[in-house]
Amino acid sequence: MVMAASETKFHVLAVDDTLIDRKLIEKLLKTSSYQVTAVDSGTKALEFLGLNNNDHHDVEVNLIITDYCMPGMTGYDLLRKIKESSSFKDIPVVIMSSDNIPSRINRCLEDGAEEFFLKPVQLSDVNKLRPHLMKRRTQTNVNKRKAMDEIVSPDRTRARYNELEVK
Amino acid sequence: MDLVQLQRQFVDYRTSLYHEGFLDEQFTQLQELQDENNPDFVVEVVSLFFEDSERLLNELARALEQQSIDYKRIDAHVHQLKGSSSSIGAQRVQKVCIAFRNYCEEQNVEGCLKCLQQVRHEYSLVKTKLESLFQVRLPCRREIFFLSKMVLP
Repeated sequence: MVMAASETKFHVLAVDDTLIDRKLIEKLLKTSSYQVTAVDSGTKALEFLGLNNNDHHDVEVNLIITDYCMPGMTGYDLLRKIKESSSFKDIPVVIMSSDNIPSRINRCLEDGAEEFFLKPVQLSDVNKLRPHLMKRRTQTNVNKRKAMDEIVSPDRTRARYNELEVK
Repeated sequence: MDLVQLQRQFVDYRTSLYHEGFLDEQFTQLQELQDENNPDFVVEVVSLFFEDSERLLNELARALEQQSIDYKRIDAHVHQLKGSSSSIGAQRVQKVCIAFRNYCEEQNVEGCLKCLQQVRHEYSLVKTKLESLFQVRLPCRREIFFLSKMVLP
């Protein structure tokens, strides 16, 4: 059953090995009306998404925000794994770091990160997430609507479609 | 002492902490995040900072006592301390951490020991001041909420 997209809160998965920063990012996201799941490692993030096992969790994550410097799997490693996964590559990923290293920032952005935030993350940074989330949701709705139109009236002409399209 | 006087005392003390560089803009951000759903948010975050810092300072002391010093390990600890101090706005602690990391990179043991002493000192100062700040408040939750919502003059 498809829920009206505008009624559900966006679900953000936050990844950070430091407790203080996890607490902070969770509060920032909740203050911005997002539903939040916070985990302390890239491995746990992948487990939560259901990437590591065949027993797929029916969980919908709309955005992943991750710290860069983490033991084991870095935020960059996590980014790569997400983008290489057929099921999850379309989930926007945002990276946070306390170090301002231009080459690091560029590499993350080039390899698919939507944004790169310098810590400490502010509310103004979190506000930048909304367009990335809205874009996905709008695109999904447009695709769904087009698909529905095609099912309902397959013999309509192309011109008619253009009138119905969302600009 | 009445409520107005206590509020005044709180604001004045907090202002002095900003002026003396103990706290920066990030601390204001923390206060702005506190709300009715999370009335103890600032105290909780600051407590986490205290716990974290004490653990890291002990690790650092131990690491610098070793025969063969592991500078990577020390750098990792200082990086964490720098991160958590910056997350709560403990500006002076953060600044010493930056210098500390430079000495790690140079593998300069004297520099590192000096920084450890400095960071311990700055940490204990900010801890005392934050503890005082949180004592200048009424025991009732609602009042704490209103006090902490007060914007800087």
